[in-house]
Amino acid sequence: MKDTSIKKVLVLGSGALKIGQAGEFDYSGSQALKALREEGVESVLINPNIATVQTSEGVADKIYFLPVTPEYVEQVIAKERPQGVLLSFGGQTALNCGVEMYKRGMFEKYGVRVLGTPVQAIIDTEDRDLFVQKLDEIGIKTIKSHPADNIEQAKAAAEELGFPLIVRAAYALGGLGSGFVDDMAQLEETCAKAFSFSPQVLIEKSLKGWKEIEYEVVRDRFDNCITVCNMENFDPLGIHTGESIVVAPSQTLSNKDYYFLRELAIKIIRHIGIVGECNVQYAYDPDSMEYRVIEVNARLSRSSALASKATGYPLAFVAAKLGLGYGLFDIKNSVTKTTPAFFEPALDYIVCKIPRWDLGKFHGVSRKIGSSMKSVGEVMSIGRNFEEAIQKGLRMIGQGAHGFLGNKSLGISDIEHALKEPTDKRIFVIAEAMQAGLSIDRIHDLTKIDKWFLSKLENLVSTWSDLEAYSEIESVPEELLVRSKRQGFSDHQIQKAVYKDSIPSSEAQAKVRQFRKSLGITPVVKQIDTLAAEFPAMTNYLYLTYNGCKNDVEYKNDRSSVIVLGSGAYRIGSSVEFDWCSVTCLKEIQKQGFRGVMINYNPETVSTDYDMCDRLYFDELSFERVMDIIELESPHGVVVSVGGQIPNNLALKLHKEGVPILGTAATDIDKAEDRYKFSSIVEKLGIDQPEWKELTTMDDVDAFIDKVGFPVLVRPSYVLSGAAMNVCYNKEMLVKFLSLAAEVSREHPVVISKFMTRCKEIEFDAVADGGEVLAYAISEHIEYAGVHSGDATIQFPPQKLYVETVRRIKKIARSIAGALNITGPFNIQFLAKENEIKVIECNLRASRSFPFVSKVLKINLIELATKAMLGLHPAAPQKSAFDLDYVGVKSSQFSFARLEEADPMLGVDMSSTGEVACIGDDLNEALMKSIISIGNEVPRKGILLSTGDALEKADTLRACKLLAASGYKLYATGGTFRYLKENGVESEKVLWPGDEAKHPELKSAVQIIRDREVDMVINIPKNFTNNELDNGYIIRRTAIDSNVPLFTNARLATAWIRAFTSSEKPSVKSWDEY
Amino acid sequence: MNRERKRAVLRLEGGAEFKGWMLGYDGPCDGEAVFSTAMVGYPESLTDPSYSGQILCVSYPIVGNYGVPEEGVDEYGISKNFESDRIWARGLVISEYSFDYSHWNAVKSLDQWLREQRVPAIYGVDTRALTQELRQNGSQLAMIVPEGVEKSFPVPDPNKENQIAIVSCKEVIHYGHGEKKVVLVDCGVKHNILRCFVDRGVELIRVPWDYDFNTLEWDGLFISNGPGNPQYCDVTVRHLQEAMKGNKPIFGICMGNQLLARAAGASTFKLKYGHRSHNQPARIVGSNVCVITSQNHGFAVDPLGLGPDWEEWFVNMNDGTNEGIRHKSKPFCSVQFHPEASSGPTDTQFLFDEFISKL
Repeated sequence: MKDTSIKKVLVLGSGALKIGQAGEFDYSGSQALKALREEGVESVLINPNIATVQTSEGVADKIYFLPVTPEYVEQVIAKERPQGVLLSFGGQTALNCGVEMYKRGMFEKYGVRVLGTPVQAIIDTEDRDLFVQKLDEIGIKTIKSHPADNIEQAKAAAEELGFPLIVRAAYALGGLGSGFVDDMAQLEETCAKAFSFSPQVLIEKSLKGWKEIEYEVVRDRFDNCITVCNMENFDPLGIHTGESIVVAPSQTLSNKDYYFLRELAIKIIRHIGIVGECNVQYAYDPDSMEYRVIEVNARLSRSSALASKATGYPLAFVAAKLGLGYGLFDIKNSVTKTTPAFFEPALDYIVCKIPRWDLGKFHGVSRKIGSSMKSVGEVMSIGRNFEEAIQKGLRMIGQGAHGFLGNKSLGISDIEHALKEPTDKRIFVIAEAMQAGLSIDRIHDLTKIDKWFLSKLENLVSTWSDLEAYSEIESVPEELLVRSKRQGFSDHQIQKAVYKDSIPSSEAQAKVRQFRKSLGITPVVKQIDTLAAEFPAMTNYLYLTYNGCKNDVEYKNDRSSVIVLGSGAYRIGSSVEFDWCSVTCLKEIQKQGFRGVMINYNPETVSTDYDMCDRLYFDELSFERVMDIIELESPHGVVVSVGGQIPNNLALKLHKEGVPILGTAATDIDKAEDRYKFSSIVEKLGIDQPEWKELTTMDDVDAFIDKVGFPVLVRPSYVLSGAAMNVCYNKEMLVKFLSLAAEVSREHPVVISKFMTRCKEIEFDAVADGGEVLAYAISEHIEYAGVHSGDATIQFPPQKLYVETVRRIKKIARSIAGALNITGPFNIQFLAKENEIKVIECNLRASRSFPFVSKVLKINLIELATKAMLGLHPAAPQKSAFDLDYVGVKSSQFSFARLEEADPMLGVDMSSTGEVACIGDDLNEALMKSIISIGNEVPRKGILLSTGDALEKADTLRACKLLAASGYKLYATGGTFRYLKENGVESEKVLWPGDEAKHPELKSAVQIIRDREVDMVINIPKNFTNNELDNGYIIRRTAIDSNVPLFTNARLATAWIRAFTSSEKPSVKSWDEY
Repeated sequence: MNRERKRAVLRLEGGAEFKGWMLGYDGPCDGEAVFSTAMVGYPESLTDPSYSGQILCVSYPIVGNYGVPEEGVDEYGISKNFESDRIWARGLVISEYSFDYSHWNAVKSLDQWLREQRVPAIYGVDTRALTQELRQNGSQLAMIVPEGVEKSFPVPDPNKENQIAIVSCKEVIHYGHGEKKVVLVDCGVKHNILRCFVDRGVELIRVPWDYDFNTLEWDGLFISNGPGNPQYCDVTVRHLQEAMKGNKPIFGICMGNQLLARAAGASTFKLKYGHRSHNQPARIVGSNVCVITSQNHGFAVDPLGLGPDWEEWFVNMNDGTNEGIRHKSKPFCSVQFHPEASSGPTDTQFLFDEFISKL
């Protein structure tokens, strides 16, 4: 059935992770590439996201680290001449690029066929007008949109429909620029924003409070259809599905409801003509069988990734095969290996998806959740009842919750108000409301959450209060303990309810564990097998539950398993890069003859694909659960150094239980993690570090600052609100910042260190074996220190470091590796000013930049580290970064556009959500590709400049001259205008926000951004004091809201200007051509 | 609030035991334990006469979520929300029970309904382990026994009784109005089958399983689904063979497929653990047309014995068993699955249209 004319296929990737488009597309792209490989079809991948698994060796035949834009993709097509292209595996980025290329006739020009769903079908689902028309043809009800091309039309529509309404921007990612509006004023405000993203906005009647239900549907070219999964949102309509807790399968639908919506979904997919996968989202009346179709995504999506993990049905893999011409009947179910892929999974468990927000990382952002997406990651938990699944999930999100109950009080004064206006804390507000005695009916009235979910949550509250009646674990009745564990209470929660902080929690937790084990209350291991045990499963996709009596897996106790602890939910600071590390480590473990075992719970990852390892435990990375699994597996060893900070933090606790930790000893990991221990080691080795002190009184703080002087970096140990870390430039800032922290006291000390300005920041990523460095990669930040290393632009190999600096860094790193007896991956961060070098941080685990440097250097540091940790003593590779005759540049992706009101300023706390990296023959070329890959364009018209303090003005002067020489129209705010004039650069003076009335003859900075007279904004604050930041905020925010590229760092802006004004056209070379 | 009830145990003839708590009617029961992997549809399944004699084990772990809708019949006398006028399953086995239900259409809880209908249930069972046991060792006799009650094997095997005679109507019943008349042989018909005909404007004459329908006037003949072993229906098979001498359209579902196949010369056999689910894939032989079907049967047709005028129509894509047969020249056909769905997917309802168009 396969179309044999297709020999080579181009796959478009999704680029950097951002809010609304995250790791799920690494998973779907990897699956598509696997399907192509299995069919012997040559694959070409374009994806600048270097940290992904799909851009690893052996996944695609050719990889281009290039921007996914029509211009670059066309060049790759001209060079590679593929017969087919897959557009639906790279999210909205790939889809938009594909639609644009189709419209421009680019595919036709090169005879490239779009495989799978035809482009017209994509357009029919993406354009709201066409979509509604299309479904009208078959009598399917949609939310009728009134399109408006301007604000007047929007108002007219509002008058016709009546409030409340929802405003959406057409053609936008996951609800970008959309929102609910209750009156004309809100309508005007929201429309203004939406129009900056899209030429058209859509006004719709709001169905707040209806159930939100999704179906994942698959169709082959023979018109055979299945629905793989349905899902129900815990939060009813009004909260974006990406912001909602979601369960699969649906829980409150009867058979009639379930198959009614399923039938509609199939009718829709047939009528639109999808070949492959799509999802259909419904609004469903809680009081009748009324429905509206919200939208159809004619591509793999976040929901389809979730559905794949929830059911074990590999949607992306199957969709790719269908694109090659197969029928569903030709493909085998990859779990049973005997039954066909034409079937609908039957689940015998419930999964629960919970979003992870990091709103605390941003200045000025609202914590309310609603119709546009703000979450940065998600978890999926599996249980055999809802209580078990949700409690597991709430622990998994990793923000300090122990489950539904037993958490720190939120300190809410008005619970009813908090229920009505949901924030990222909504579920915990419900817990507090229930504990405060609010009835299910009242909570339902305020939240519209189905009473089924609320009653299940109330079961937890009643179990908790039953537990509270006891004061020692031995007196808790066995039935109650069984019930608690079946409802997903952790040992920690149980100790908290019973002992009520009367003894230290770790001691109490150990008592609970020991007591329940003595009663034989332990979890069992179950398989996810797609057919609810009707057929035997050939895969080991596993979870643990207390709602069962028998393990599905037999344990051999042969000590040949190696357990890799994964990275958990994607969050700011820990993302797809650790998934790459985990997968790479697993592959190497298997290659060395061990059984690779993964523990992770992030549905957006490749590491949670059951065919990536021998056993996948889709479960918690808590101490309790990891110990449960270790006790079952009796492993040869556990790897804690490839999954970021979560596994790293478990190292010492596991070690104390006698668990064999592979690689660097847990006690040595602790020496690097503990500030005092590390500092004294560094001191002993004679290595310099920025002066720091842990302080407990304001007097001590003042005394320390008198000694070192401002600016200082401040890290409070306990923060009420605001960022956890900040640089303070003066006394006033310091006092204000510390007042955000709850208090400074003996229990809550503050760590203050000297903040060094105009320093270079250098990363040292390496692998050691028995304290000897085997391989290393030194990379250099383009920005000066002060921009978090996760937000910085990084060049590798370093381009501007003194040979002496490099030599000294190597020497220091070697002595630290020796002192900590490192075996495995590690990373050290350095500051360098002239040749003065200071160590700022050392992590005895893989760092964010491991995939980047491994792929640019073409030495896989994780493979090497894994061999070292397995005790194989690998030889040091004979290659150095100084042999490279090309450059890699890693750029950070920000999602400020989604985070309303957040100040898009970079600081010491990380705020990027993803990254890309491109390779070029020189720095300019690599930087150019890299910056374009994160969504910027080379400006064509005008540039708005405010270039900071005197030093930075001087730093950027040459770049401004380059711009003027290249014919750009320059606009500058007061000081910058004067400085440029003094230095012979022509510019037009524009006004700061607020000064408009004073000088009506001059243009306003904000207005020229809104009117798109400029297509690039450089806004560099003179310093980081609040006054100065407030000054530029409106300009920066206007740039973000108007979708105009914004640069806030002098060094990066200068580098970017040099790159795009240099006349050379970037080359189009695949990874293997470098 | 502690909602845990009286302890109970599910005992299988093969020796396996599963502990849990009582739900519904407080008393013991026995029957053939069979598992279903359907994720929704407990009111429909429990009232499906094909479960007569059986203890239904639901693999999906959370049951009772949307309560139970009202009883009562429509203008034709067809049950509005159920598949018959009572629960036919002898017992129910589930993992997690939702004490609090939530649905606009619900009038009572599953617990209350089971009590009213005097049907015992057990919850808290590892239904996955139970399903694996039934898959590996086959469907087997079982009992639900509340704490404090003495009950032991042997118990009567429902497959050795004629279950069809128990569930079939006892007299002729007429439904609906229309130009075309269809005789429906009731081997334990689900009400949604009645609905599928009546909604399509057909006059239905529902007759008992052993009624000689050849004495009646009709445009089409339909043989319904039903419980248990088709071997007990030789009288129906003889009536069918008589009807097959003519050329008028015949259609059968589930038990109807097995009886038509026996009338066409084939034999039937017992499957190790049957097909009971909403996700069974079937393919039209010799085509690329595949359908997802709802199924509930323990016996299957061995198509080898089919006469030369017959052919296999549908096959099961999971295990290759027969899912339907058809006559090569005459308008006789049947399917093993349930095109009327309820519960289950509605993909094959077109089969009713096809049959009716032939009348």
